[in-house]
This record gives sequence, C-alpha cells and structure tokens, in this order.
Amino acid sequence: MLSRIRRGNVLPGFGPTLGYTIFYLSFIVLVPLSTLVFKAAGLTWHGFLEEVAAPRVVASYRVTFGAALLAALVNAVFGFMLAWVLVRYRFPGKRIIDALVDLPFALPTAVAGITLATVYSANGWIGRYLEAAGLKVAYTPLGILVAMTFIGLPFVVRTVQPVLEELEAEIEEAAVCLGATRWQTFRRVLLPTILPALLTGFALAFARAVGEYGSVIFIAGNMPMVSEITPLLIITKLEQYDYAGATAIASVMLGASFILLFTVNLLQWWSRRYAER
Amino acid sequence: MNTQNNNRGAQDHGKGLTEPVAIRWLLTGLALLFVGLFLLVPLDAVFSQALEKGLGTYITAIREPDALSAIRLTLLTAAISVPLNLVFGVAAAWAIAKFRFPGKSVLITLIDLPFSVSPVVSGLIYVLIFGLQGWLGPWLDAHDIRIIFAVPGIVLATVFVTFPFVARELIPLMQAQGNDEEEAALVLGASGLQTFFRVTFPNIKWGLLYGVILCNARAMGEFGAVSVVSGHIRGVTNTIPLHVEILYNEYNYAAAFAVASLLALLALVTLAAKSIVEWRMKVSS
Repeated sequence: MLSRIRRGNVLPGFGPTLGYTIFYLSFIVLVPLSTLVFKAAGLTWHGFLEEVAAPRVVASYRVTFGAALLAALVNAVFGFMLAWVLVRYRFPGKRIIDALVDLPFALPTAVAGITLATVYSANGWIGRYLEAAGLKVAYTPLGILVAMTFIGLPFVVRTVQPVLEELEAEIEEAAVCLGATRWQTFRRVLLPTILPALLTGFALAFARAVGEYGSVIFIAGNMPMVSEITPLLIITKLEQYDYAGATAIASVMLGASFILLFTVNLLQWWSRRYAER
Repeated sequence: MNTQNNNRGAQDHGKGLTEPVAIRWLLTGLALLFVGLFLLVPLDAVFSQALEKGLGTYITAIREPDALSAIRLTLLTAAISVPLNLVFGVAAAWAIAKFRFPGKSVLITLIDLPFSVSPVVSGLIYVLIFGLQGWLGPWLDAHDIRIIFAVPGIVLATVFVTFPFVARELIPLMQAQGNDEEEAALVLGASGLQTFFRVTFPNIKWGLLYGVILCNARAMGEFGAVSVVSGHIRGVTNTIPLHVEILYNEYNYAAAFAVASLLALLALVTLAAKSIVEWRMKVSS
C-alpha cells in the first residue's frame, strides 16, 4: 500500500513531515483530549448523568447556548448587512472599517471583556443611555449576548464577503431583463447563492460564542442559575477540586464542539459544491 | 471584473441593478451603527480609560514589578510557542499540500480542532494530565517537576490554542500553488531542503508571515486556557491578560486598562500588518 501512495508523490520529505505532523498532533492534541474522554468515561453512567444534568449545570447550558444562538443570529443579520455595504457601496472610511472588522479576532479576550463591561455598565458610554431607557446590560444575560455578538462579528462578514465579491453582474442584469424588481432579484437570485456562506458564518459564530470565556465573564453577572456560563462552571468546579464534575461537563462541551465542527465542515462542503455548479 | 461589480451605486445607469438611494442610506447607516456600537466605541474606550488618570499613572501601572513580570512571561510564552507552531505549520502544510494520501481530510479536521474547543476545555485537558491529581501528577511530583501552575503548563496550553494558525494559512496557499515548481527543481537536481528554501519559501513567505502574526497575537492574548493552568500566582505565573484580570477585579481600573492598552496596541499592529500582507499577496499574485 505504501508503494501505491508513493507512486503519485515524487517530492521528497513526505515521511519526515507527515511523521512530525502526526507526532506533534498526538502529543499536543490527541493524547490530552483522549485523557478527557477517558476520565469522563471513568465515571459511572449514573455519576456522569448526575453531574451533567444537575439544575445549575442545565441552567448554564441554557444561558450559554441560548445567548450564543441569539448572538449568532444578530451577527448573521447585521454581519450580512455589513458585508453587503462593504462590498457594494462607497463611503468615507470604508477601508478602515473593513480592516477593523477583524478586531474581535485580534483583540485578546480579556481586554475585550473588561472594555465591554465598562462601556455597557451603568455609567459607561453606551450603558448610561441604555440604562436611561430601562435596559440593564452589564451583569445580566443581555451582557452575555453583547459580548458574544462582539466575539462573533467577523465570522459572518468574512465568510459572506468573498461570495459577494465574486457574484457576477450578468446574473443580476439577466434578472432585471426578465422583469424582476430589485427585491425579487435579491430574494430569488442573490440570496440562494449567498445562503451557504451565510449559514457557515452563522455556525462559526455560534461555535465561537459557545466556548467563549474571557470576553464574557467580566460583563456577565456570573450568578448561578441566571447568568453563569458553562465554561465558568467548569473552572468553578476545578477550583473546588471537583475533577469528576469538571471533566463531565467539559466532555459535554467537547461533544458539542465536535458536532459543530462537523456541521461547519458539512456546510463548507455544501457551499463548495454550490459554487462549482 | 471585480471593480465592475463593486461601487455600482455611483455607476448605475438602469433601474433594478442596485437598491433605491433611501435603502442604500438606511443599510449603510445601520451597518455603521452596528460597527460603532460593537467595534469603535470599545476600541476608543480602551485607550481613553487607560489615560483617564493621566499619563503618569499610565506609566506607573506598566512599570510596576508584577506588570513587568507579566510582560516578561507573555513574551517568553510567545517566543517559545510561535516558533514551535511555525515549524509544525510548515511541516504539516508540506505534507498535506504536496502529497496525496488517504486520511488527509481527517488530518485537516484534527488541525482545526483547537478552533472549536473552548479555551477552558483546552486548559482543563492539560490539568488532567499534568495536574497533581492527573495522570502523570504523582510521577511529576515525585521528581519535583512542576508543569501545571508553572510556566511549562502555560506554554503547553498556549501551544495548543495557537498551533492551527500557521498551518491553516499555508495549506490552501500551497495547495493553490501546486507542485510544478518544486518538481521542476527536483528534475534540475535540487535536494529537498534546497527546493524548500529556494523555491517554496519565496512563494509562501507572505502567507507564512500572516500566519505567524496571527499566531503571535493569539499567543500573547490567550486568556481562558492559560487561566486554567496558571494558578494565578502574582509575579510568577501571570501573563498580561491574567494581570489585567487581577487589576480589574481589584477595581484598579486605570491600571487594568493601562496594561490592557498594550495588548490593544498589539491588536492594532496585527490588523495593520494583516492589511499590508494582504496587499502584498495581491500584488505578488
């Protein structure tokens, strides 16, 4: 079988590079991750369910996944809008805004966390107006939503932008020739083409928001059952030396990560097939 | 072709090829409001909060011994993790992009794994192996080797969360560039290393630089994973983000933002470098 693999591959260095890659991956990723799985499997089924389905833990799932879903939706709508505006319109400062879209990628999560907490707090720059309107953001689940929206902002914009840029004018012009209004052209011609990328961006933003820790814990109230996110709960259990509990909950999060990773791969495969048609 | 698609508003000669002016203004306004609320205001807030009590307080906060040791630890962590991940990224990209073999997509998915795993889980897995109650815990303790709650643990966790960056950047790039130039070099008698350094490397250098910049930014800014493994020992196992957390929790806001502004500056430099590299990549292709 090795000779069959070798036949198409004439360049040197296959053995060393693949070997090193697999070694590095195993040492840094596979062994640690499987330790998590083994430790979690070390609990009895009953013990595992007890940890994972406790009321406080379930409340944290609701807060974490619920807020992440909403944040990803907000990012899907506004991120799409932003990508559209950046690709198709002209306005002053467009290049700077385009570069700044990546800020949540580049800014360390702790810095983002303390900044958002300060800006949206009761006497913060944005918080004071919201508070006057009766909306308390800091230290509430709404604050978690704000932080998760910030962290997911680049994902939708950066997945939709390339697709928008590669749209050909002929398709829209053909639609206009055939009598479509602008809205019809958008809804029935453009949107289906962009949908795979939009869904991919949504899934990526959701996955990132679910696991997010640093940006969220400063602005969240961190009150159990109300505004406590699952990653924080894991750390709390670790600090109490409840390794079993921490491992069980972490394996749930890991399972969710795998499902999301699989979904994103599926969506990306779908958009590639769509693009090739 | 692309320039014909963009900015059509100004060149629109017919109806229906772009939105009515009112809609365009509304969309632009909403998008800018979104950007303002979530990007511009926070970015401005970091620096104005840092300088709120004046430049003197700012400098004192940064020169404080604990802050300096946090800066040193962050720089050390990045200095170890980034080169390690650079070598890995190049090796993995070479193996994946230049060869055909079964199981390639599994390998690529594994490389993408740290992106979908929560930072807290990333730190936890190392505690489970090297922590006192972990798998290797008793053995390490018997030999007086400290990994968790010490610098090696921080480096390990940082390596985990940052290793995809260089590989992810290089793999599509090298796949798009194909094997032709390398095969030609081989035919002309170059050895493997010669081929890499004189043929491949010049082609990938901008993508490589970009990957390294992103890797470095994440290595210096990682919070969740490092928070789990570090033990938060002031002056010893605190990186800059952890130090910021401590200052903030002590209500020492001006100092917290002063130290945080260092990382914000790094973020801006990262963004600028990204723009430059993208421009150079477009120019050279």
